Amino acid sequence: MVIQAKNLLSPQLNEYIRASADRDIEVDALFGQRYLACGSSGRHFILRGTPGNGLGQYLNGSTVEVYGNCQEAVGDTMNEGTIVIHGSCGDACGYAMRGGSIFIEGNVGYRAGIHMKSYLDKAPLLVVGGTAGSFLGEYQAGGTIVVLDLDGTGTPVGNFCGMGMYGGKIFLRGDRLPALPDRLLVREADAADRAELSPILAQFCDRFGLDQAKVEDAPFHVLTPDSANPYRQLYVTNIV
Amino acid sequence: MSLDYIYPPYEVVRNAQRCVDCGICIGQCATGVHFRDKKTGALRADESKCVDCQRCVCFCPTHALKIVPTDNAFRNNGNWPARTITEIYRQAASGGVLLSSMGSSKDYPIYWDKLLINASQVTNPPIDPLREPMETRVFLGKKPTDVRRDAEGKLICDLPPQLELKLPILFSAMSYGSISYNAHAALAQAARDLGTCYNTGEGGLHEDFYAYGPNTIVQVASGRFGVHTDYLNAGAAIEIKMGQGAKPGIGGHLPGKKVNGDISRTRMIPEGADAISPAPHHDIYSIEDLRQLVDSLKVATNYQKPVIVKVAAVHNIAAIASGIARSGADIIAIDGMRGGTGAAPTRIRDNVGIPIELALAAVDQRLRDEGIRDQVSIIAGGSIRSSADLVKAIALGADAVYIGTAALLAMGCHLCRTCQSGLCSWGIATQREDLVARLDPQEARRRLVHLLTAWDHELKEMMGGMGINSIEALRGNRLMLRGVGLTQKELDILGVRHAGE
Repeated sequence: MVIQAKNLLSPQLNEYIRASADRDIEVDALFGQRYLACGSSGRHFILRGTPGNGLGQYLNGSTVEVYGNCQEAVGDTMNEGTIVIHGSCGDACGYAMRGGSIFIEGNVGYRAGIHMKSYLDKAPLLVVGGTAGSFLGEYQAGGTIVVLDLDGTGTPVGNFCGMGMYGGKIFLRGDRLPALPDRLLVREADAADRAELSPILAQFCDRFGLDQAKVEDAPFHVLTPDSANPYRQLYVTNIV
Repeated sequence: MSLDYIYPPYEVVRNAQRCVDCGICIGQCATGVHFRDKKTGALRADESKCVDCQRCVCFCPTHALKIVPTDNAFRNNGNWPARTITEIYRQAASGGVLLSSMGSSKDYPIYWDKLLINASQVTNPPIDPLREPMETRVFLGKKPTDVRRDAEGKLICDLPPQLELKLPILFSAMSYGSISYNAHAALAQAARDLGTCYNTGEGGLHEDFYAYGPNTIVQVASGRFGVHTDYLNAGAAIEIKMGQGAKPGIGGHLPGKKVNGDISRTRMIPEGADAISPAPHHDIYSIEDLRQLVDSLKVATNYQKPVIVKVAAVHNIAAIASGIARSGADIIAIDGMRGGTGAAPTRIRDNVGIPIELALAAVDQRLRDEGIRDQVSIIAGGSIRSSADLVKAIALGADAVYIGTAALLAMGCHLCRTCQSGLCSWGIATQREDLVARLDPQEARRRLVHLLTAWDHELKEMMGGMGINSIEALRGNRLMLRGVGLTQKELDILGVRHAGE
């Protein structure tokens, strides 16, 4: 099913999509319509234009491909599925995502991957081809975030990267690191890290037609938290 | 002993003439107070471990035990009570943030106790609920403001989703993790028996309890634990937790040691990892952002579920509630500062927020003034202790109330306020298997049903006394209340007159 989104408001557009029996949904001329593919499973979306906030929120297994830029809260609380963005993306992308993958060709805004978590076989993945804003991976509890800075700006992330992080992993490409919180462990990627990274980059490069060898031919840093129980020593019992 | 020594605040008094030396107290005590002297075999008590949970007292077959406050005392000082002194010792020794359980025990005004309910005399005769029909069923959600008809003149009945409750009392949010599996089972089953709802809290919904979906409110908090489409669609309503009366403005933190296999599965996080709920939802920085979360939840559940937004009662609660009412939420839950919790920093629990009575009255009045009262229903919580509190809450403008502490008490809690230790001897606020097994879900379910059935009957009696036979006629009916011992300012905020006026 192909839908022309021009002059359609979010509720109408979502109702058309919901009512359709088709697995494959194509929407053209998007202009900020919100909550597309929200909670969706078992479908394939191709979206052109600019989808609005909450794209793929609570996504539960569908695949979403966007030809254009995205706004805020993409893949918020996502459980399963794939979102591919041929463009850049706004703030709070992948907030609290538990599973599935988000691939962004361009840049991502503030608070990407915040409170991302993994669980059993679910390991969320967020890969950013360009750069990320501040608070990347804040409160991250699991999963993997990769920022590639393919344009070589030298500043792959903004301030407060990994603030309050207590699980998961962040890979940053490039030789320069931003100022990082004390409680993060930082190391250069070793062979094991690169072995973990390689299939991720293969997926990314495949999606966006990039030369994987070239992408991999750069230093990578790995950020992990120093504890899964950061607040253990914070409290004292007071029975009153 | 040391500089930091804190004398045990409670003493175990064992009446030697009554004690038959059975040792049941040893087995019942979850904190290891009672023991046998290694040499003589006589029963002894290490009072430093006693939390006055009353478990041994209740199970002593000969009533040989009682727990009494110690008469040991610091030198008397009005400005430095023992509580304040010992708190300083605790912090000086540990460097820790003081952490307390359950609602504030401080002596703040309880306005419920300063409000009196009206009754009919001579004119407008009272109604006897045993003889005459009396309606306490409520529908929570947006109410239409106008009657609309289609081209053929037929009524358009597209009422937004409503949460139907047989009585205006719901069990408030208590997560699996903060309380036990058996406690959740009892709450879920009692909610079904009673035709009301319990609330999952932010810990996800255990797979065994999906069957109770029509009587479940599923919560979405900042950590989004266990939130996925099946979960959202399982409940009768979805609650966005923005805040909690016991700890406004801060998040939650379930220590990793409490995240065992079952809780890990329900929250969908790894075993042994901390479960941190950040203070804010990081996708909400404004009412417009809140609207987005409300809308996205509605889209994800195809507009079938009413959405509740729960906030703590804080200074500007009326303006906040007005914003929430305009965010598309169907129901606002307001939690007063005396509300309970599994654990909250003592200073926040005891000093942040405002009492529910004032918050509720202010919100109801503000929404009426702005002409948007029908756009939302209001649930009031934060220490509703009896059916009298319930009647007063409804008269101040609530559509229904949340009860947490009262429900725990019904299940056997003795309010010892050590939930955070995870050693609840009544099997409620614990995950230790032998302790959880102490709470019989069927017995707890019966007791919950008893409590709410009794309250509902009392509610009907009081309504009948006022000559009111439908709960709608009581809601916001402040003429049915009078204040005693309140200042004019307090009366103005509550919107009630003084007794005698």
